[in-house]
Amino acid sequence: MSSGTLYDKVWDLHQVAQLPGGATQLFIGLHLIHEVTSPQAFAALRDLGLSVRHPERTVATVDHIVPTTSQARPFADPLAEEMLATLEANCAEHGITLHGIGSGRQGIVHVIAPELGLTQPGMTVACGDSHTSTHGAFGAIAFGIGTSQVRDVLASQSLAMGKLKVRRIWVDGQLQNGVYAKDLVLHVIRTLGVKGGVGYAYEFAGPAIDALSMEERMTLCNMAIEGGARCGYVNPDQVTFDYLKGRPFAPSGAAWDQAVAWWSSLASGADAVFDDEVRFDAAAIAPTITWGITPGQGIGVDETVPTLEQTEPDERPLAEEAYRYMDLQPGAPIAGTPVDVCFIGSCTNGRLSDLQAAAAVAKGRKVAPGIKAFVVPGSEQVAAAAEAAGLDKLFVEAGFEWREPGCSMCLAMNPDRLEGRQISASSSNRNFKGRQGSASGRTLLMSPAMVAAAAIHGRVSDVRTLLNA
Amino acid sequence: MTTATPFPSGPIRSVSGTTVVVRGDDIDTDRIIPARFLKCVTFDALGPAAFADDRAELAGSSEGPHPFDRPEHREASILLVNRNFGCGSSREHAPQALMRWGIRAVVGESFAEIFYGNCLALGIPCLTADHTTMLAIQEAAEADPAAAFQLDVAAAQLTSGAHSWGLTLAEGPRQMLSTGQWDATGQLLANSTALAATAARLPYLSGFAAA
Repeated sequence: MSSGTLYDKVWDLHQVAQLPGGATQLFIGLHLIHEVTSPQAFAALRDLGLSVRHPERTVATVDHIVPTTSQARPFADPLAEEMLATLEANCAEHGITLHGIGSGRQGIVHVIAPELGLTQPGMTVACGDSHTSTHGAFGAIAFGIGTSQVRDVLASQSLAMGKLKVRRIWVDGQLQNGVYAKDLVLHVIRTLGVKGGVGYAYEFAGPAIDALSMEERMTLCNMAIEGGARCGYVNPDQVTFDYLKGRPFAPSGAAWDQAVAWWSSLASGADAVFDDEVRFDAAAIAPTITWGITPGQGIGVDETVPTLEQTEPDERPLAEEAYRYMDLQPGAPIAGTPVDVCFIGSCTNGRLSDLQAAAAVAKGRKVAPGIKAFVVPGSEQVAAAAEAAGLDKLFVEAGFEWREPGCSMCLAMNPDRLEGRQISASSSNRNFKGRQGSASGRTLLMSPAMVAAAAIHGRVSDVRTLLNA
Repeated sequence: MTTATPFPSGPIRSVSGTTVVVRGDDIDTDRIIPARFLKCVTFDALGPAAFADDRAELAGSSEGPHPFDRPEHREASILLVNRNFGCGSSREHAPQALMRWGIRAVVGESFAEIFYGNCLALGIPCLTADHTTMLAIQEAAEADPAAAFQLDVAAAQLTSGAHSWGLTLAEGPRQMLSTGQWDATGQLLANSTALAATAARLPYLSGFAAA
């Protein structure tokens, strides 16, 4: 059993009570909501005659259903309009702050909470969205919940939870040029599997993790859930504090020093005990890309699609399903695979540094003929910063479309979607069958820079050759 | 689809009925309920959309139709699956769709955590069996789709005719289901004083003044 880890310390601090069924009642420090998984929770509150216990600890935005072309109200899609109108009414009724379109603070929930300084070390963070693990980048215990649990957090600011085991993912060395946090996490999931993290929280640590920026740490923790780990985290350090300082909801003045002292005390100590540890060498990781229908079906861009013989026996049925669905041949190189659509964005890779990495590849080049390529900033703040740096013009000159912020084609709840059997190079997080809006559409997950490289060449290619050109 | 069957309420000690087998590992919640069906402000209409894309894909294929489209499973209440069922998105729409289609219990090799918790919050027990046992259960169910199965939740036992299989259910969920306390809201609200005490000791809720 783990002890002395950040997970243990934060868990202990937030324990309210032991519940009759054996679960722990855990206080939730920050609750984030959006339009898709909250309406039924508010309806349930109404049915039960309950109010919101801590409206000041819940923060809302709209992200999943927003169009990324015109965001004028009412939306063209009446269902999307109804969902946003419902969120607006619920927030108004219960006194919850909503960072809406045009506020300057709207965006993907996992992008805006960090950039506003809402997400802080030592918090428990819950949201009706599995990628809530993103916030673990700050040394928070952050996890996705269902709508019944959204109701519970609204009503009681707490949840019935079971404690997880803690696995330390120790990463030595340094990522090579052209290799990003996205590649690292795809490599981890490829190695440990999509089920490997079930029952665990992942602590990411080691020299390679220390060297990551906050935005890279967010990418890493964002996809912990794709490896089965409900939450992933990085211990808070100077990088964390430097990021938070001066953000609108971060502590300031005398409270800042107190906060830093407390945050520092939460990091896993030298005497911390983990349930498990797995070690990786960052220098050995190539740009990594998925070829199949789970995020665990990944390979280096210089590798070939694994054959059945190269696949563990119990993973072979899934591999066969993936060959059929993706129409990729076992043993064939993944590099050179033609793509139709190139998508840069999402809660995984829609932050400023992601757009900068893609722009470095796109600069002075052109999207290949016949390729649809588009960039969706993760938030209004990201969009504004990118536009101030001229990235929008750079992308447009290269042949990318520059869009308004939202979740977009990651899950295609808005008009951005694949058609038919189109294949996308995508900086998002899930390559599940049908994920990007077409029941037969195909997704290759990769870093934003690799997506840009695919757009330029019209096919999967090793971004390192473009960066070195 | 047994729309007439009431949704779970009160203590859940057993589930009886016919079965439906959906084979495969890592069946994610996007497959259980594709994202376009999440454009709603109630869960009411989700039942018919369960596995919508998988069903459409199999409808015209030699392997089809999908088990959810076979008439012999229309009244099924026990879903039999394999490993890591319900992975991916946290959408409660997935268990809601299954529940509204008629599913009242799921037995599989393993479940993704968020899906498992979402099912529990709806009073839908998810029990596990080892690989060999699960394959035996699925084979028996497929051999006789009309066979009645009885799931004893408290004893973690699945029975059909002369066959009986031992399953696993953690003590916490077992207690919550058998006592009817699987819906946590009431318990959470009962601890109002302890909630206030916890909030009072969190430095970030007091402006770090007491840190």
